[in-house]
Amino acid sequence: MPPPADRPALDRAARVRAHIEESILPPLVALVIAAVVGDILIIIFGQSPGDVYRQLLEGTWGNAYGFGQVIYKATTLTFTGLAVALGIRAGLFNIGAESQLASGGFAAALVGLAMPHGTPGGLAVVACVLAAAAGGGVVGAIPGALKARFGASEVIVTIMLNFVVLALLNYIVAAHIHVSETLHTPEINAGALPRLAAVFAVFSGSAANTTFLLALAAAGGVWWFLFRTRPGYELRAVGLQPDAAEYGGVRVGTVWAKTMMLSGMLAGLGGLNYVLGYKHYYEEGFAAGSGFLGIAVALVGRNHPVGVVVAALLFATLSQGGLAVNALVPKQMVDVLTAVVIIAVATAVPEVRRALVAARRSAGIGTPGTGNGEPGTVTPRGASVPGSPFPGARLRRADSSTPDSRR
Amino acid sequence: MSGATAVRMAEIVKRFGAVVANAGANVEVASGEIHALVGENGAGKSTLMRVLAGMYPPDAGTVSVATGNGPLRDVTGWTTRQAIDAGVAMVHQHFMLVPTLTVAENLILGRELRRGLSLDLRAAEREVRELSERTGLRVDPSRFVSDLSVGEAQRVEILKTLYRGANVLILDEPTAVLSPPEVGELWKVLRRLRDDGGTVILITHKLDEVIEISETITVMRAGRTVGRMKTTDSTPRTIAKMMVGREVSLAMDGVAIGRETGDGSRETEHPRDATSPVSRLPSPALQVENLTVASPRRPNEVDRVSFTVTRGEILGIAGVEGNGQTELIEAITGLRTAASGTVSIADSSGTLRDVTTRDVRARADGGLSHIPEDRHRRGLVLEYSVADNLILGQQHRFTGGAAVLDQARIASNAASRITTFDIRPPDESLPSRALSGGNQQKVVIAREMGRDFTVLIAAQPTRGVDVGAIEFIHDQLRKARADGKAILLVSADLVEILALADRVAVMYGGRIVVTLPGGEATREILGPYMTGAQGTAA
Repeated sequence: MPPPADRPALDRAARVRAHIEESILPPLVALVIAAVVGDILIIIFGQSPGDVYRQLLEGTWGNAYGFGQVIYKATTLTFTGLAVALGIRAGLFNIGAESQLASGGFAAALVGLAMPHGTPGGLAVVACVLAAAAGGGVVGAIPGALKARFGASEVIVTIMLNFVVLALLNYIVAAHIHVSETLHTPEINAGALPRLAAVFAVFSGSAANTTFLLALAAAGGVWWFLFRTRPGYELRAVGLQPDAAEYGGVRVGTVWAKTMMLSGMLAGLGGLNYVLGYKHYYEEGFAAGSGFLGIAVALVGRNHPVGVVVAALLFATLSQGGLAVNALVPKQMVDVLTAVVIIAVATAVPEVRRALVAARRSAGIGTPGTGNGEPGTVTPRGASVPGSPFPGARLRRADSSTPDSRR
Repeated sequence: MSGATAVRMAEIVKRFGAVVANAGANVEVASGEIHALVGENGAGKSTLMRVLAGMYPPDAGTVSVATGNGPLRDVTGWTTRQAIDAGVAMVHQHFMLVPTLTVAENLILGRELRRGLSLDLRAAEREVRELSERTGLRVDPSRFVSDLSVGEAQRVEILKTLYRGANVLILDEPTAVLSPPEVGELWKVLRRLRDDGGTVILITHKLDEVIEISETITVMRAGRTVGRMKTTDSTPRTIAKMMVGREVSLAMDGVAIGRETGDGSRETEHPRDATSPVSRLPSPALQVENLTVASPRRPNEVDRVSFTVTRGEILGIAGVEGNGQTELIEAITGLRTAASGTVSIADSSGTLRDVTTRDVRARADGGLSHIPEDRHRRGLVLEYSVADNLILGQQHRFTGGAAVLDQARIASNAASRITTFDIRPPDESLPSRALSGGNQQKVVIAREMGRDFTVLIAAQPTRGVDVGAIEFIHDQLRKARADGKAILLVSADLVEILALADRVAVMYGGRIVVTLPGGEATREILGPYMTGAQGTAA
């Protein structure tokens, strides 16, 4: 069926462009705000912002070692960011990526230890990858199942499981399998992944390893799953409008349970970066907040796999850059800057998007039509759809704000 | 009867971004007059009245109001607080009451009577009771709002405005939630207010109401006021034509509306389209037996309901909302588990199959289509594109290998549905949110009626859509009936039920209290059943 002539294809191109603008411009504005705050802090410390930023960039993207470290850190963050983003797409807030990450790393280390020396590399790696996914998946599945079965809030359960799981892992390592005088397990016998330096000499000395390629593949896989498969279609529908999904024959509880498990598996895979790619053993506290930072990565990346990879690189750069500028300003300044980025994104993004939409409306382009004809119900400020990073949270309210849902 | 001008709005313009809600609207209302502001959904009626009530400032134009017996005063851009102080108040479609407080407490909210440090609730209740008796708005001030029926809650809303001294009362679609006797009560109250010199502005798109209650009419179309007339000089047809800008066939054509029609004869008969060729096969397609549905609040939201819908038949379920219709529909479609009883649907060979334990998807695959009562909550994922919404509930049939969605088939499905059901704008990649209410509903109808089905549950199929779309949707339902489909039509709109249904059942308190052949059902007969005044003694 040919498209009717009165809707030129150009219109669609304009809409795609508008969509890209709305995705990219707001985080950029947030970054500018964060940079200005950073300037102020640097000046307070008596340094020149230009010097500090130059050093920050040189210490990260400016040399092979620094860049390799950025890649290494971004790898874990990509996995935890994808884990959180996938949950949010289904309307779930997974705050347990930290313990899922640790559990995945632990499981991979156990399997790596259990295999005899000389196990074929490919087989060993596959076994460890499966173990990491299973380790994180189990921890993710618990809150998912409790929510699906009893309606327990996944936020509460994942927070609490962080304490339980991390304590349990520490106990097992400390009491049974640590190398004496340390808090880590022995090195794995098989399954170690090559460093990127083995392939690309430029990375020499850094911890960057082939897990990064796995992270990129995972991002691609999550994108394909979300936007090209039936379960992905149903997952997003559950996150946007659980009632509509239910109407469409989707078992919402089952989707929640499966998504939490999948989310935990993604976070668990992040453990490979440290265990298979870097140290080759599990060590207490290796997650070091990467699970929690995954929440920020998902937020800044707008729960889109591509955005998650970019945001992971950004936060990894800040983290590594903190070490690079340590001589000029305290390392904590970068932690503050990281926090400012997150706050700026949370605040500025909805505002900038709203302004963009308004500007486009008054220019007469963009989406025609008006919800149900009553302008007041189309663009209510509070319920602004584009702004909220958490579709689930917004749409639970939707039922009182849509005109037709009088109960 | 009517006196000096109480409200004058001149050349009002109100924009929301690039959306122009009011593009030069003029309204003039005299005191001691009931004025009807009519127009289709989205014509800008509510916006215009919100400007009058001080909720939005206009972008251009002037608002003048006469307070007390004084002259007209320019009040353009005033605030809600100023409007209320001047006696201009609006009763919204969505009530703004605190359910956990009593009627009296709700009324005095914001201007509490005090005795020392504590509230003087007794005095408040006395005041409210006096006002209630004086106006005829009967409601017990000591009851909790959460215990009130919708009609009672509306009375409280009106009382609240009067308690604050309103003499210009704006009501936004007040009858949408009322049963016919409650509507009658409301008219009495409004007439009494009018006779006391008050001014009433009624926003509505129901033409029978306009004719019955108003003295003057302003018609709006696309943000402009396109006509002003005396009610005695107009007929539903002339008003409808002015609203839409062309001739339309009205669902109410020929339905008794309690008024002389143009040719002088009093119409009491219903249009029974005798054209149902395939139909009248007495083969049941949907059978509900002894169905009981529980909710956390009540063990019998639906109470031992039984009925059968045969092929080629429309069974209409009338009733005031909240009498178990939603729960009944959800139990039939599998969205809610029944406490007891069975639901059976005919398969392709015509044999009834018990589907009580099957899930939503299995029932849909078994030939059950469902137009849900709330398209914004259930019927559409508003952020999804039109194409994606056109497969909702059918997504498992649009996969290629494994679970991968077949984008090409989704696109061609969308293209053909958009053409067949005339969805505008014809662009399947638009988010459904961007469509008008009528076109959103067409998406739902295209999806549910464009596929193979034997039974259709149509819940409030024309709620919140414009007159043109109502015409289209009713045609689709008639066509499906002629094709031998079994249709369960659940609607709060009696006009719709009377125009379409072959049999009419009334639900009250979770039970079906009466079932009548369509030809015998009238508003007058059904009314008492809808309020439980008749048919509940069992």
